[in-house]
Amino acid sequence: MPALPNPVLSPLGALKTVLSAEDVARVLDRIAHQIIEKTRGGTDVVLLGIPTRGAHLGRRLAERIANFADVAVGLGVLDITLYRDDLRTRGFRPLGETVEPEGGLDGKLVILVDDVLFSGRTVRAALDAITDLGRPRAVQLAVLVDRGHRELPIRADYVGKNLPTSPDEQVKVSLIECDGVDSVAIVPAARGDNLATTIGTELDSRDSDHDSQDVEQDPDETE
Amino acid sequence: MIKHLLSAEDLDPEHAVAVLDTAARLDAALSGREVKKLPTLRGRTVVNLFYEDSTRTRTSFELAAKRLSADVINFSAKGSSVSKGESLKDTALTLQAMGADAVVIRHSMSGAPRRLTRWVAGSVINAGDGTHEHPTQALLDAYTMRRHLRDGSGDLKGVRVVIVGDVLHSRVARSNVRLLCTLGADVVLVSPPTLLPVGLAAWPCEVSYDLDATLPGADVVMMLRVQRERMTASYFPSAREYSRRYGLDRARVALLDEHALVMHPGPMNRGMEIAAEVADDPRHSVITEQVTNGVSVRMAVLYMLLSGESE
Amino acid sequence: MSLLIRQARPYGEQPVDVLVVEDRVADIADSIPANRGTEVIEGAGLVLLPGLVDLHVHLREPGREDAETVRSGSEAAALGGFTAVFAMPNTDPSADTAGVVEQVYRLGAQAGLVDVQPIGAVTVGRAGVQLAELGAMAESAARVRVFSDDGACVSDPALMRRALEYVKAFGGVIAQHAQEPRLTEGAQMNEGIVSARLGLTGWPAAAEEAIIARDCLLAAHVDSRLHVCHVSTAGSVDLLRAAKAKGWKVTAEVTPHHLLLTDDLVEDYDPVFKVNPPLRTAADIAALRAGLADGTIDCVATDHAPHALEDKETEWGWASPGMLGLQTALSIVMATMLECGALDWRGIADRMSVAPARIGGLSEHGRPIEVGAPANLVLVDPVARWTVEASELASKSRNTPYQGRELPGRVMATVLRGRPTVRDGRLVRAVQAGDPA
Repeated sequence: MPALPNPVLSPLGALKTVLSAEDVARVLDRIAHQIIEKTRGGTDVVLLGIPTRGAHLGRRLAERIANFADVAVGLGVLDITLYRDDLRTRGFRPLGETVEPEGGLDGKLVILVDDVLFSGRTVRAALDAITDLGRPRAVQLAVLVDRGHRELPIRADYVGKNLPTSPDEQVKVSLIECDGVDSVAIVPAARGDNLATTIGTELDSRDSDHDSQDVEQDPDETE
Repeated sequence: MIKHLLSAEDLDPEHAVAVLDTAARLDAALSGREVKKLPTLRGRTVVNLFYEDSTRTRTSFELAAKRLSADVINFSAKGSSVSKGESLKDTALTLQAMGADAVVIRHSMSGAPRRLTRWVAGSVINAGDGTHEHPTQALLDAYTMRRHLRDGSGDLKGVRVVIVGDVLHSRVARSNVRLLCTLGADVVLVSPPTLLPVGLAAWPCEVSYDLDATLPGADVVMMLRVQRERMTASYFPSAREYSRRYGLDRARVALLDEHALVMHPGPMNRGMEIAAEVADDPRHSVITEQVTNGVSVRMAVLYMLLSGESE
Repeated sequence: MSLLIRQARPYGEQPVDVLVVEDRVADIADSIPANRGTEVIEGAGLVLLPGLVDLHVHLREPGREDAETVRSGSEAAALGGFTAVFAMPNTDPSADTAGVVEQVYRLGAQAGLVDVQPIGAVTVGRAGVQLAELGAMAESAARVRVFSDDGACVSDPALMRRALEYVKAFGGVIAQHAQEPRLTEGAQMNEGIVSARLGLTGWPAAAEEAIIARDCLLAAHVDSRLHVCHVSTAGSVDLLRAAKAKGWKVTAEVTPHHLLLTDDLVEDYDPVFKVNPPLRTAADIAALRAGLADGTIDCVATDHAPHALEDKETEWGWASPGMLGLQTALSIVMATMLECGALDWRGIADRMSVAPARIGGLSEHGRPIEVGAPANLVLVDPVARWTVEASELASKSRNTPYQGRELPGRVMATVLRGRPTVRDGRLVRAVQAGDPA
């Protein structure tokens, strides 16, 4: 359970919203159209969402693509916990579920879907996981937010919003499915553990959402 | 996260369920794959330190570690009940020098794994110590029960487990009673009075000397191995009398509900505590599945214990 | 040679000056002037007791000099306030002949720090089959009166009967290590709730009590003395009380560790807590303390059992049983019996000096502090406290269960036949070996 909010940093005052709910919807519409366009109709496409928020985003994109282009793309969920490179430093994380799409990955165009692209390590782990599951024809990447500060040579093919940030800021993505609201906000730097309490369930160690979020975050963020 | 797994007591309800959930996820992650390998423990060293022969358990741990890409070293420790061999402390210091991240130890003396934790920096996993505990066996037993009786999730609240056999000398019994209680199951121990420890009153379970009375309504019947040699120390008069009174034969299996599971940690004394046909009966027996589940559960334990700093 | 102890409190009572000349107490008065050449020990605030006597120690020599020698054990004893100790015969070779007991006796005299009184084995090799030459040992220079197979039980009832009868001829006493072997095969710790949980083979109380009951009956039947070593259970205390009520010549001892430590200390499988008979339950401790208080248990005996590091730093099942005890005994008795008022200082003097001297037949120890008495004395600081540090103990071994514990009471001085062996809490070096009394 989260502790009481820190009186010095109230949630409303500290967070800077960069995408509202309408913005998020518009951005997802655009990405869906871009996917349809770039993949020439979306056939042979499989969306693999990285839990937790990437999975929700993947599902939303699949729905839009079905609406816009009348194409049913393959949809799966890829838990990357077992492929992370930081087991020793970050401690135990519960494993999430991996759901392979019907028809598998072989020969398909796999589009990884995640909420935030930061250091690139999550995507690196996802690429390793994909290799163990099958042999796609190609792999692309769709993210809601690209906040820069790459530590690996990885780039996204579809970006909802480019968000310049400083490394010690946090990007907070909220989705209705798990957070009750759609938004993207920037949380200012430092006071890591206080932020943990104000943000609440976001940083609960049991929430595997944390996986994709904090791989991109500061090393000193509490779990 | 706990650092060592020496006893089922080391797992509180939350951790116990977490181990089972993790095992289920690992199972799902690897099933259907041709290449059963995950990179998670790459670069880690797991040492199997087996003072007692046990090909089954050792290979189970070895497979578990290798599937997670860990390096496995099998350290064969010489020594018997007669000759001590190299001291445990010296062996431990050698393992330390080798940089073992985890040591899986099976030893003929109760308490040896706990002693080992004083001398190695890595995690220690008890693969069976004397007549004390065998926690991973209890975990795979619970995992098996959960798969069949609780749809593979949650705990074992309300599951009625009857454990039959030589409780006094059984580390499997001790670990199972503890873990099943932690997971909310109801446990009944059935044994001749000679094979029950003094001090049982403090255990969280029922006790009965009458096997037939406990079988109806049981969700699980777990048979423990009973050594014929116990006869010479007068624990029971003859193998015949033992199996007549406490053996699981066809007639007794007929008393079980249809969904009831028959389990055995192995190795079995067919004809002694369990009739051969019962061991192979596909309607109830999940004995071979227990062995398979052992690998997933041990993978889960290795994954959890080797995850970074302890909480 | 003279020694003046100033303003000490005999038995914790009124302070007096005590003058020792040669090996006797020469004068006791409110104030005694010190002559030139008189050694003076300031005793203000200190309690003066007769030198302590330990009926049960293992000095390991001959055979296991790596664990302890007669000398190192004597040092520990003197620092613990003892002026006499009885050395158990489970040496290598066993002390079952006049030759070996005389050897131990001489080693003790050479060390000159305590009177070492050898105990002779009851049976050859302590194997429990054939009586050893008890008479020869009694007549030897060691003048053995106490016989024991300690470590092993004289379990054959017929043999025990014969031994009880035989020693009557020279005023001897059999000290029985009460442990029915068939009930304790492979036993590792007390049988009870803790052993069931830890998966260690249990040592049931009944295995001790059955032997005690049998031996009390035998001793009464043949009209001989019986001494019971290291009593550890409530049931044993009950049996002893019943036997004494009948006027049977039964005496008994208890160790300091059985007055304090319980079997749940075994949780960690640390072999420092492995001992024979094993640590028992809180209920047993309560009964033992009550028994020591009311005299059912006659005395405290340490069963000082040094073991080399490799015999303790190992798996529980492989470890040798036994604990050090000489330097901590008085402090433990103070903590368990004095502080709660179960015994006063006179009681402690009785249980730790008078009674063991009487049972063991030592006429020069355990005497009342009075003019003319042999000067075997100990001075104790009753308010000081000290922390046990194994590496600082005089024993060659380190297996004390009290490592890091703070204990009450400090032995400040020990006097053996008029000569201080310990002063200011430290051994007096270059003590000359005089003729033992």
